[in-house]
Amino acid sequence: MHGLINRSIQCFLRDTYGNASWSAISGAAGLGFDNFEPLLIYDTGLTEQVIAAAAGYLQRPRETVLEDLGTYLVSHPNLEALRRLLRFGGVSFLDFLHSMEDLPEHGRLGLPDLEVPDFTLTDQGEGRFLLHVSQLIDGVGHVTVGLLRAMADDYGALVVLEHGGVEAGREVVSVHLLDHAYAEGRRFELAMPGG
Amino acid sequence: MHIGLTAGGKINSIGPTLAKLIEGPSPIGVAFLKVFAVRRPAGITSMEDLRARAGVRLHVDLRGKGDTFRGLAVPTADGGLLLNLSFGIRLIDAVRQHSLTDADFAATDMAVEMLYLVEVKQAVMTELRRLNLRLQGAKATAEEQALTDTLTGLRNRRALDVALPALIGQGLAFGLMHIDLDYFKQVNDTMGHAAGDLVLREVAKALVEETRTSDIVARVGGDEFVVLLPGLSDPARLQQIARRIIDRLMQPIDFDGRACRISASIGLTISTLYDPPDGERMLNDADAALYASKRAGRGQAQFHATKGDDLLSA
Repeated sequence: MHGLINRSIQCFLRDTYGNASWSAISGAAGLGFDNFEPLLIYDTGLTEQVIAAAAGYLQRPRETVLEDLGTYLVSHPNLEALRRLLRFGGVSFLDFLHSMEDLPEHGRLGLPDLEVPDFTLTDQGEGRFLLHVSQLIDGVGHVTVGLLRAMADDYGALVVLEHGGVEAGREVVSVHLLDHAYAEGRRFELAMPGG
Repeated sequence: MHIGLTAGGKINSIGPTLAKLIEGPSPIGVAFLKVFAVRRPAGITSMEDLRARAGVRLHVDLRGKGDTFRGLAVPTADGGLLLNLSFGIRLIDAVRQHSLTDADFAATDMAVEMLYLVEVKQAVMTELRRLNLRLQGAKATAEEQALTDTLTGLRNRRALDVALPALIGQGLAFGLMHIDLDYFKQVNDTMGHAAGDLVLREVAKALVEETRTSDIVARVGGDEFVVLLPGLSDPARLQQIARRIIDRLMQPIDFDGRACRISASIGLTISTLYDPPDGERMLNDADAALYASKRAGRGQAQFHATKGDDLLSA
């Protein structure tokens, strides 16, 4: 698994629950080191060990931890760069939803060896969509729910999101877009601020 | 971004993004070359010049603003020209300066993808820079550890092997002191290794305190130390420092309420005795002087004997 993904999980746990919690979780996961390096590649099993150790240490369901991770990826100030890259996906939440299918290509533009789940969007009409997500990790759909919820806030859209289980090895997320301009949303300028 | 020109060179249509950049009153009906200047190819001052350059890559400036474009002019059926312009490499500045959005670019334009790529590149570069800083820090730490004796914090044998030739290379006279602890083995044997380790740490502390910060103190063996004293070649002064060190080390060291008693024997030599100075020989001579001290009853310092000369009287 790419270090960037592992590092994101580490930063989520550290920024949300503190250094001591991260130390305890990395210890329980048996990492044998303190920090993932974002540009190195790690054994896939390690990611699973960290997620399981986090759920155990925090005494929270795995799904909740993963959903919070998804929200963190978009909403934490430390990851503003990632939020901006996702916002390039479109000028509205609907545009963004469609751009999820391009995420693997967009990811590989920057890091050719980055694994990004495959997303397939099905439009069911009347603002209802199904998003099928390939299982990069078990529970990837919960990360997606958290991420979409934060992105909807970012765009100011009102959505109802639900994890719909697993179908043929892909996790299903149902998206019901009730209002694409429900709230103000956060600003997005094409040019990087202060660059 | 397009501009349509009449056969007479006046603007008769302009794309919304270009109109936004011009900012002032509508340029429709104004001569193109009054609003824009063609920088390359040089010498385009009339509609005829421009027409003659149809199909050639143009570099166009917006007069009175910093904006530059590259583009192409193609003839139209009515004798006019249609210009297609783009920002080229100045895209990012233009987007920032004019607060352009997705909607300001044609659906076919790759401008937004280019902006995306620039940010991706920036994000990856930032991570690479951080990684390099961490690696640099780790390397510095590793080097520091590799030259340091972990028990005492003094330099180790490797550090001495680097420092001694470096000192000789500087051409500065220096004194060399080889110190071996007396009765250390007894402390280790009767009071245990923990006491031995404590003694070694106390000895290290004493050596650092009894020498100057510019001196180099190294632990080169179990209970052997070497001190290099740059700029010190006076035998009497060196003998005095050696004596002070021995006196200090003869003070009992407390270990859990029990007194560890040691002493030290020292062999001394000075770089000016050698022409040219040779690190290996100096260490051997100091070692020989050290064993002369041991044989003479321990707890003392002797100089390397140079062919019958008495250094102290010289």
